[in-house]
Amino acid sequence: MRLSRAEYKEIVRCTEHLRPTRQCMKMLRERFPHHSQSTLLSIFSLEYQKRIKRTNSRHHTPDVIESHYQRYLSEAKARPTAPVLLELANEVDLSPALMARIILDRFLQDLEGGVSSKTVLNNMLKEPSLIPDQTLANNIYQCTINDCCYGPLVDCIKHAIGQEHEVLLRDKLRERNLSFLDENQLRAMGYDKTPDIILEVPVAVEGHIVHWIESKASFGDDHSHRTYLNEQFWSYWNRAHQPARCHRRELPVSKHSLQIWGLIRGQGGFLARSPN
Amino acid sequence: MAALLESLLLKKVDVNKALDWLRNVEKGDTLSLSEPKVTVQKQEFVPFLLNFLREQSSQALTNGPATPAKTPSRPRPPTQSQGFFTERRGCRSAGGGAGSRSTSRVQLFSPAPSVSPGAEWDPAGHSGSQCLSGVSAFSSPSFTSAWSPASRPSGSERRPPQRLSLGDYMVSPPEPQHSPSLQSQKGRKRSGGSMGIGGQGRHGGGRGGHHNEETGRWEGGGRRSGRGGGGYNKMSEQVSPPTVSQLNFNNLEDFPPVGSSPISPATAKPSRRINPTPVSAERPHSKPKTCFTSTPFSKPSSPPVGAEALGGSLITGSPLSLQEERELLKREKTKRAQQVCSPLSSSLEPCTPTKSGLRTTSKVTPDIQTVCPEPSKVTLASELDLLAELYCTCISENLVPNIFLELFFVMQLLTSWSPPTSEKEESLCVVNPDVLERGYLRPVHNCVHFAVRVLENQFQLIAHLDKCTLRLLAENERVALFSPALRERLTQAQDTSTAKLSPSVSTFIHSVPFQPATDNRSNFSSDKAFHTFKKQRDIFYEALREWEDFHKEPGWNFEAVLGNRIRAMVSQLNSAGNHSHFARLFLKQLVQMCKGPRVNSSPGDTPDADLLGMLGADSLGRLKRLEERLIQPHGIVGPCPPPSFPGHQEFFRDFLQIASCCQLNQHLKDSLCQQLLQLDEVSILSPAAAIGEGEVEGDGDMEQQDEKQRFASVLLLARLLAKFLGFIAFMPYQTSERPSREIQEAAVALRSKSAPVLDVCAVLSSCVRRRRTVLTVPWLVEFLSMLDFTGPLLLCYRTALGTLLLLYRGMLLGRCGEMCNLNKVLMVAVLGWLFQIPVIPEDMFFISDFTEVAHLEDGSTSSQGLDSIPLVDQQLLYTCCPFLGEFRKLLAAFVSGSTAKSGGIIRKITPTSAEIRDTPTANRSQQKLQVDLEQAFFHNQPPSLRRTVEFVAERVGSNCVKHMKATLVSELVERGEKMLRDGLELPKSSPPKLNDSICAQLCDAGMEALARATRFCSEKSPEAIRMLLPEETSPAVLTTSENITKRLATEKACSWLSANITALIKREWKSRFDRVMRALASPVSPVLGDVEGVGDELATQEQPVTPKRKQECQKVTTCPADCRHTAPLPSDILIEIKEVLSIAVGPRTDEELPTDSQLSALLERVGETLVCRKFLTPVSEQMLLRSTVLLACKLVSAELPALCVQDCSRDGGGGGVAEDPGSGSEPPIRAVLKQFADLWERDCCWSVPLHLLFTPLSVAAVLKASDAEWNNYLFLVRQLVDRGLLAEEEVISHWKRLSNLALPAELIEKFQLQSQAVNPSLHLPELQRHMDMLQVSHQTVEGAT
Repeated sequence: MRLSRAEYKEIVRCTEHLRPTRQCMKMLRERFPHHSQSTLLSIFSLEYQKRIKRTNSRHHTPDVIESHYQRYLSEAKARPTAPVLLELANEVDLSPALMARIILDRFLQDLEGGVSSKTVLNNMLKEPSLIPDQTLANNIYQCTINDCCYGPLVDCIKHAIGQEHEVLLRDKLRERNLSFLDENQLRAMGYDKTPDIILEVPVAVEGHIVHWIESKASFGDDHSHRTYLNEQFWSYWNRAHQPARCHRRELPVSKHSLQIWGLIRGQGGFLARSPN
Repeated sequence: MAALLESLLLKKVDVNKALDWLRNVEKGDTLSLSEPKVTVQKQEFVPFLLNFLREQSSQALTNGPATPAKTPSRPRPPTQSQGFFTERRGCRSAGGGAGSRSTSRVQLFSPAPSVSPGAEWDPAGHSGSQCLSGVSAFSSPSFTSAWSPASRPSGSERRPPQRLSLGDYMVSPPEPQHSPSLQSQKGRKRSGGSMGIGGQGRHGGGRGGHHNEETGRWEGGGRRSGRGGGGYNKMSEQVSPPTVSQLNFNNLEDFPPVGSSPISPATAKPSRRINPTPVSAERPHSKPKTCFTSTPFSKPSSPPVGAEALGGSLITGSPLSLQEERELLKREKTKRAQQVCSPLSSSLEPCTPTKSGLRTTSKVTPDIQTVCPEPSKVTLASELDLLAELYCTCISENLVPNIFLELFFVMQLLTSWSPPTSEKEESLCVVNPDVLERGYLRPVHNCVHFAVRVLENQFQLIAHLDKCTLRLLAENERVALFSPALRERLTQAQDTSTAKLSPSVSTFIHSVPFQPATDNRSNFSSDKAFHTFKKQRDIFYEALREWEDFHKEPGWNFEAVLGNRIRAMVSQLNSAGNHSHFARLFLKQLVQMCKGPRVNSSPGDTPDADLLGMLGADSLGRLKRLEERLIQPHGIVGPCPPPSFPGHQEFFRDFLQIASCCQLNQHLKDSLCQQLLQLDEVSILSPAAAIGEGEVEGDGDMEQQDEKQRFASVLLLARLLAKFLGFIAFMPYQTSERPSREIQEAAVALRSKSAPVLDVCAVLSSCVRRRRTVLTVPWLVEFLSMLDFTGPLLLCYRTALGTLLLLYRGMLLGRCGEMCNLNKVLMVAVLGWLFQIPVIPEDMFFISDFTEVAHLEDGSTSSQGLDSIPLVDQQLLYTCCPFLGEFRKLLAAFVSGSTAKSGGIIRKITPTSAEIRDTPTANRSQQKLQVDLEQAFFHNQPPSLRRTVEFVAERVGSNCVKHMKATLVSELVERGEKMLRDGLELPKSSPPKLNDSICAQLCDAGMEALARATRFCSEKSPEAIRMLLPEETSPAVLTTSENITKRLATEKACSWLSANITALIKREWKSRFDRVMRALASPVSPVLGDVEGVGDELATQEQPVTPKRKQECQKVTTCPADCRHTAPLPSDILIEIKEVLSIAVGPRTDEELPTDSQLSALLERVGETLVCRKFLTPVSEQMLLRSTVLLACKLVSAELPALCVQDCSRDGGGGGVAEDPGSGSEPPIRAVLKQFADLWERDCCWSVPLHLLFTPLSVAAVLKASDAEWNNYLFLVRQLVDRGLLAEEEVISHWKRLSNLALPAELIEKFQLQSQAVNPSLHLPELQRHMDMLQVSHQTVEGAT
């Protein structure tokens, strides 16, 4: 499925002031009924992540953390059953899950008198029942479960989407009778960084020779194309013969379209390996 | 020297005698003449002759034609150019063109002052030298840079008292030219005569100084100045004292410590004026070495000629030169600054500083000056012929340091322009009483005549040039005019010339493919090293890409842009110890990018060159004007460009310089050495037919071509590697300036103690012995071209250079020998080039003492070395020696009249063949006879047979190994696993012991591999061989080939297997063993919560639940047989559940609440998803199950009040407030709860985190709600226990733990209250009873159950 750039921009514009909550997602869905929830969520999620990246640091200074924490403490005391932490996060425009993490971290510091280990922190976020303070546990859970962009469950969903699409990708390739090596096979052969798929026999897609395929279970906006190119694809290229050029005339849409990154220039170099 | 030449010219001595002497018919280097009573050394005579010719022609070249373009371009990178510029000034009057010409004036070997300080100094010699330099600058750069041997100490003593060089110039009558501004024809003429001389003389002085450097480098300055004062041209000297000083200042090198060499007044030949050495604009190498000529070793035999003549001319010259020299000085300064940065970088672009001026002048009087050469106007023809004969003999006997340089000189003569000479002058030239002072080469007619004679004589050398050059030569009207026969031959030769213009290679990066064999984790010492290497690889390529994209942009600076990144990467290298990996990557990349014969010229100029070639001379004239306007002067570099790093090589060079990492360099050196020596051993087969053919230049049949290609590939690769080896090896010693003698001596003493990186002498002597020089010498030359200044003084390199010199001398073209002609041409060309490189000491060439140090063994150990195979073709020749394209440029420039637009360099692309692989060198000992037989067999068969056999054997052997890995090894491992499992079931089994014993058994069994491999090879080899050999192959040959292939393949496979099979099995077994043990140790993988460290209570709480009922059943890992994979995707389901959960947790609106049917539909779908394994991963599966448990908690605590469709009470409160447990809502909820239990009960659900039901959070929520919720809770628990999903003990222990926990006080109370009824200590039946009791009130439950 392809999305026109104008429409994409419209969606992005609408997400600008949204909070990552169920309610906001609903608004978005109503605003763009033609698009699947996953597409919208995917775009929103990317945009929101960019937003958070821009603003995140301001919530991590010690005094800001402290003030958030104190606010939470006092409000939680006043209204023990109210979703105070979630409200706080929305108020300061911070992802609720991240707010939960900050507060929990702060809480654990008091509890253990030192810096808590990351594992403990993550486990508590995953499983709030481990948190000794019940009110806090409820608040934390409220935050993580309501956040549609961050949090352990979201991470898991993302992971699941990624996996599913690799499976779908392999299915499609098999459907078309293309022989390929997948990531696991490549890893077994000792490649350090591998794309999801390397075609044993390259194919041409719209005039471009495609040598390998990387499926990204996320919306392919400009920013992520760029980032992936820098962080990932060049290193494939560095290990193969061909320069990678992403093939993206239109923007592919997340879940339901697979992004195909082609390598221009033929000659099967990548798989040519020495004997033994 | 001079005496001999004089005698010859006067016909006092029979020419043939001299020729025979030169040809070595008579043994001995010396020739005794009875008449003048002189004994002449060959080594002295040759440079003398060369210098003589350069001097002679200097005017013609200097006065050059109006063609402006010509002059400028020639700039010689080496020092020579300096001479040229100054001279130009002198000659300038002649016109812009003249300037260039002046450059061309060459004195090859300037007569050197005596080496020893006390010795006589011959000023004349200096002048001569200057001339040379001029020439060299222009046309034959090599000379300039040349280390002319002439200067050798030995020469100095022998030197005849007087040098002729000045004399030549003197010929012209002195004409006062006081006004420099007057650049009239006269002036021009004069310059031709006296003016030119003056300039030259001046320069010569400078030169002389330089030359002296060679012999007595240090004293040069002193001498020079002395000379200036000296008598030869007293007048001139006085006239132009400023020049002298200028000279010295400009050129620091020329200004050595003063006074070191006292000039003996006694010598007092006419004192030479000191020629200021002009700073040459280009000294790409920053060679301190100024002139190519070393001290003259020949003594001028001719008495000083009319000194009077000189005076006037000199005067005029100086003012002009002042100005120009300033300009030059500036340029020189910047040059130096640049050089300091990159001492090695050679600036290939010629600098043509004065060009603009020259041009304009030339334009002003373009045609007036040119004189068309006419055969009828040739004077002194017989003498010219004699000179030509002598000269040709020197060339064909390889007595000159670089025959191509001479050829270039000749071509320059051919294309020279000279201003019209007056009758008077001409007659003067001819009549001059001193035979040596006559202007043999003054008039252009004579030059051309001489050139054509030489060309005729040297036709066999010319014939090796490329087609385009031949065409240009044939179309040259002068050739046609002077020798129609030569033209005829040239035209014919074109047809046989095979050089082709190949399409240029696209410069697109190929990166080195990842090679699991060398690059995967197991090749690294640690994970960290492995991962660091990943990063390093990326940084390396990033730098490479960036360089590619930007390095051509002005202002881009490698150091500034990439320096820090590269150094950071290298420092990581150091910490990770990845040098060997990186070195491998580096070299592979280098080879990949630079091996091809990409010539380093800007891409832009190729088409032009091709165009020139295609159009031919006729049409080109028309392009002339256009070109003059459009074309940037592109230098003709001359036939001896300094070593350079063209194209991508520059990146690698700069990278190494910037990285300056000694560890990396060491690894590179090791690896380069190894690869080089391997390449050097590569076997190239000689096509049987070709051996006898000798000269015939055919393309040969396929096999022959293949071998040629293979050779070309090997040769190019070896040259590349050798260059970099040399670069790295000598990098630590590189200096931008030649160090002082003391320093050099100290360095020699020091460095002679340590072993050189490569034993060049051994390599050299071995290649000579085995007749493989055609392969080895070219790469050795590349290696040696990287030498630092001190390097050549070290014994090992000195010896090697001496040996090369002997080789060169012996490599006579056209002489029947074992070696094929083009092979020889290649070697002569590269050697000649090497001898002209600035770092090679000038005294090298003419020194004879090498004969003792290095002598070529003559033993013919192997009758059939590479040398006798016609391996080199024109393409390869031009690829290795791109400077041969200079001829074409020169000729094309002549045609177009504009040197600037020098034709492009011919690009030859040699297709690179497959990588060389060394042939298995196994079995040497026992089956020697067998091997000999095989060799004999192959000898009589076409080479393709052997290649096929070797190839097939190699492939089959390799496949065999792979096959063994895939079959035998995996079988063994399977067997081992079975043994392990069996063993573990025995009582008292100890896994480690089992492991060891099984491993040992497997390794024993692995020996079977050899037998299997043998079988495999015997089976596969014949098939492949049969398939690949021609059908017509006779059965006997076929069988033999099959057998040999079998043997080779088996040998290869077995040798690998016997060495590696054990390790391979061990490795595979170890990973299998680990996997099995892990699987056995934790049949149930702990689920989400590993909560170490949270606190004991919490941790214990987390222990995974192991439902009894499922303990035995294996985890389901596949879809049911009929699964159509249509279940909802896990991610979709997760999103749905998340939504419901978030509604449960709130905040929410009532509209959002799900109905119980929605919930049960959701559970339905969860079930489907969990059944289909296709999209499920452990992570998503676990999260799904977990979410269901949490959902159950929310339901049971009524945090999520499910609405019943029929009578939903829409008043459910938010948060944890439970709605009133109306009788209507309960059954649906319990139905849903039962559905949960059903779900968890299914096979696909395993290790459900049911403990979440008992977390304080859940229980507290339940307790906070009403009794109804509590009852639902108990109902759920009971369901679970009933179905065996939970053991009662588990429930009880959860319960117990709960009571210890810090629940809010009122909840604890409530909990205790409730749990009193459900006494934890009771056994299940009692618990059951209690639960039943609790549930009695709800009859509906009973009904549901």
